[in-house]
Amino acid sequence: MSSHAATQPTSLPVLEARNIAKAFGPVEVLTDISLTIQPGEVHAIIGENGAGKSTLMKLLSGHLQPTRGSVAMDGEDITLAGPVDAEHRGLVLVHQEILLAPHLTVAQNIFMGRELKRGLMVNDREMNRLAAEAVRKLGAEIDPTTTVSRLSIARRQLVQIARALQVPHRVVIFDEPTASLTPYETEALLKVIRNLRDQNVAVLYISHRLPEVGAIADRITVLRDGKLIATRNASELQPVDMAKLMVGRDMSKLYPEREETATRETMLEVSNFDVPGYARDASFTLRKGEILGFAGLIGAGRTELLEGIVGLRAAHGHVELNGKPVKFHSVRDSMAAGIVYLSEDRKGKGLLLAQNLRMNLTLASLKKFTKGPLIERKREEQGLDKAIAEFDIRARRRDLLAGQLSGGNQQKLLLAKMMLLDPSIVIIDEPTRGIDIGTKEQIYKFIADLAKAGKSVIVISSEMQELIGVCHRILVMRSARIVGEVTGDAMTEDEIVVYATGVKTNEAELYSTGTA
Amino acid sequence: MSDTQPNTDTRGFARKLADIDKTAVAPFLALAALFVLGALVNPSFIGIDNLLNVLTRSSFIAIIAVGATFVISAGGLDLSVGSMSALVAGIMILFLNSTAIDGDYAMLAAGIVIAIGVGAGAGLVNGAVTTIGRIEPFIVTLGTMAIYRSVTVWLANGGSIAMKSSEMRNLFRPVYTGTFIGLPIPVWIILAVGLLGAFILYKTSFGRHVIAVGSNEDVARYSGIHVNRVRAMTYVIQGICVAIAVIVYVPRLGAATTTTGMLWELQAITAVVIGGTALKGGVGRIWGTICGAFMLEIVGNIMVLSNFVSEYLIGAVQGVIIIIAMLVQRTLQRKG
Repeated sequence: MSSHAATQPTSLPVLEARNIAKAFGPVEVLTDISLTIQPGEVHAIIGENGAGKSTLMKLLSGHLQPTRGSVAMDGEDITLAGPVDAEHRGLVLVHQEILLAPHLTVAQNIFMGRELKRGLMVNDREMNRLAAEAVRKLGAEIDPTTTVSRLSIARRQLVQIARALQVPHRVVIFDEPTASLTPYETEALLKVIRNLRDQNVAVLYISHRLPEVGAIADRITVLRDGKLIATRNASELQPVDMAKLMVGRDMSKLYPEREETATRETMLEVSNFDVPGYARDASFTLRKGEILGFAGLIGAGRTELLEGIVGLRAAHGHVELNGKPVKFHSVRDSMAAGIVYLSEDRKGKGLLLAQNLRMNLTLASLKKFTKGPLIERKREEQGLDKAIAEFDIRARRRDLLAGQLSGGNQQKLLLAKMMLLDPSIVIIDEPTRGIDIGTKEQIYKFIADLAKAGKSVIVISSEMQELIGVCHRILVMRSARIVGEVTGDAMTEDEIVVYATGVKTNEAELYSTGTA
Repeated sequence: MSDTQPNTDTRGFARKLADIDKTAVAPFLALAALFVLGALVNPSFIGIDNLLNVLTRSSFIAIIAVGATFVISAGGLDLSVGSMSALVAGIMILFLNSTAIDGDYAMLAAGIVIAIGVGAGAGLVNGAVTTIGRIEPFIVTLGTMAIYRSVTVWLANGGSIAMKSSEMRNLFRPVYTGTFIGLPIPVWIILAVGLLGAFILYKTSFGRHVIAVGSNEDVARYSGIHVNRVRAMTYVIQGICVAIAVIVYVPRLGAATTTTGMLWELQAITAVVIGGTALKGGVGRIWGTICGAFMLEIVGNIMVLSNFVSEYLIGAVQGVIIIIAMLVQRTLQRKG
């Protein structure tokens, strides 16, 4: 893709990737990436899952060594021996996951491994004072003697950033820092980043949330399939253009053509359903042939509500299936009634990673492959043949373990496993998390085909675009309640966010106010 | 213990060799190595009589360890098997000493049924407390280990429980000393238990569920498997295996003492682990386990036949073996 080069700032770049490449075994995951980061600049790296963003970050922060090419600081090639070496040079990585000791205090976490001492004793008073100051610099007030486990995720993240910034820093790398934040918390974080920029710190910002990237970045580099596609000034790129560059094709073709497959017949009716601690007073209906979406922020209770309905969690409320009241005491009951639930946690709850494909495929429907107590191996093999063909599962060899498949093929295997139960209602939680774009398209088509075949589908997703692309109707949850329903032309990200956050505002406006 | 790859082989053969699950083969290679070592130390070791003798003596641990393979494959652990053996043996002998039923054969048959019932019940206690009470199996079976042992000591009044009737002893003795088509009966029993265990674990849906639960309990639950039922059932199988071992053990000495079954849990778990079953669950190898039990007895036998190490140190050697087996297993898994 031809790119008109972004205007190169004139000062010497503080950090530079020079034709950097990384291979794991024979597979090159990053090819010839060159980019520069200037002091006082926010440089965003965007790309789909698997585009190589995280690998690039790890190369630039000393967690990985490049196979080819080099990293340069202030114009000179350097070799980063490891993350500690990188920190000594002023390169700081703020991890995506929260890496704090939950039972220690804020101050103890911020100074962990570099405690201030007075003689043999740790100097708690001084550390508390400095910790409070460090957190205040980030625009928050947190008592430094609070234990971390009592803080919200957003505040923990602030503590983590405060900890990272204890090291003298010239370049700060943020790896998907807003993945679990609400829009307000995100805005607070962006303020912190603008602050850093004003102090002439260079910031590298990894994200796949395009509106916030547009709001914070000075320059944007797009990665796709391990290659650098373009580096542009942020002012030249609209989120739509960013998406096109990331995906490499027109996004509109990703989703199958919407067909009005939903009938008037009610399949499932849930009323006044409670999952203690997670969902309250939920009521909704699902029609035959309908694809119903569940939107909401992480922690809104979507997964827990549906796990409660299928009998995976303690819950109470009224459920009618085909007009008849039902009570699912365990997931076996709901499976027998023709409802399957595919967990968002594919690796932890969906598949046995250490077992082969055959065993995984037949696990939930073993009865179909047995004669008396005996498993008929041959029928299992035939079932696997069929599943591989039908779901396009790409495995180098049949005897691979499920854990050796790519995320996309694992999802297809999980689909195949659950479809063996011949369900009439399919609930898919985060159907495309961690999956490449090609497989996403296949899965969307598969969902549409299910509806066409007269089955009802519930899709839970944090990707609003995905819900808008595949669903007939979307329910939005916030703080354990279903707070809104959007259908037809009203299915827009703005409309969903209004409900998900509980305010009459939209994301883009929220970000733009921050710069005022 | 590593497989040797000659330079002359073709690529296809090398790949086939690399494809073999090394953790499955390792115990049998180790057994072969022990045979060589034993023969070198003392030629009489390799004699058929000695080997059958060793195999017979390994039968208690082999049979118990088959049960332990189920428990451990499902991600559990049972430390109570030694105490349970003593308890089952004690109750069985107490029953045989009573004159509840007329006729020795009927009495013996009833004794066997009672032994199996007590074993299954003791196993069910372990299974129910771990699953319904949601307590770590390590703690539960540590508790029942003390309970079963202590009840045995109480039943024996601090001494031993011996079979009184000599007719009954003579009737029962062949179960341990007798032969059938040239093989000692305990060896036949090992084979039968092994075949049945392998059949259940590898060929039935229950066996598949055991592996699934041990591999990842959450995935099993989300797949609609009765996780608790499967788990509890593995402890019942363990209890039944203990009872079968006791049925072979009682005719040997005709008595249960306060030290009967002492440290059998250590040996059973060792046999399972050196047999290639993963201690974290999800992999079960019945024949590997039996091979492991045989190896433990062979090591003891070699120590007796040689003068290198005092036979009093046999426990230490077995302890070393389990640690080495874990190291080997981990290394092989990392490569595989």
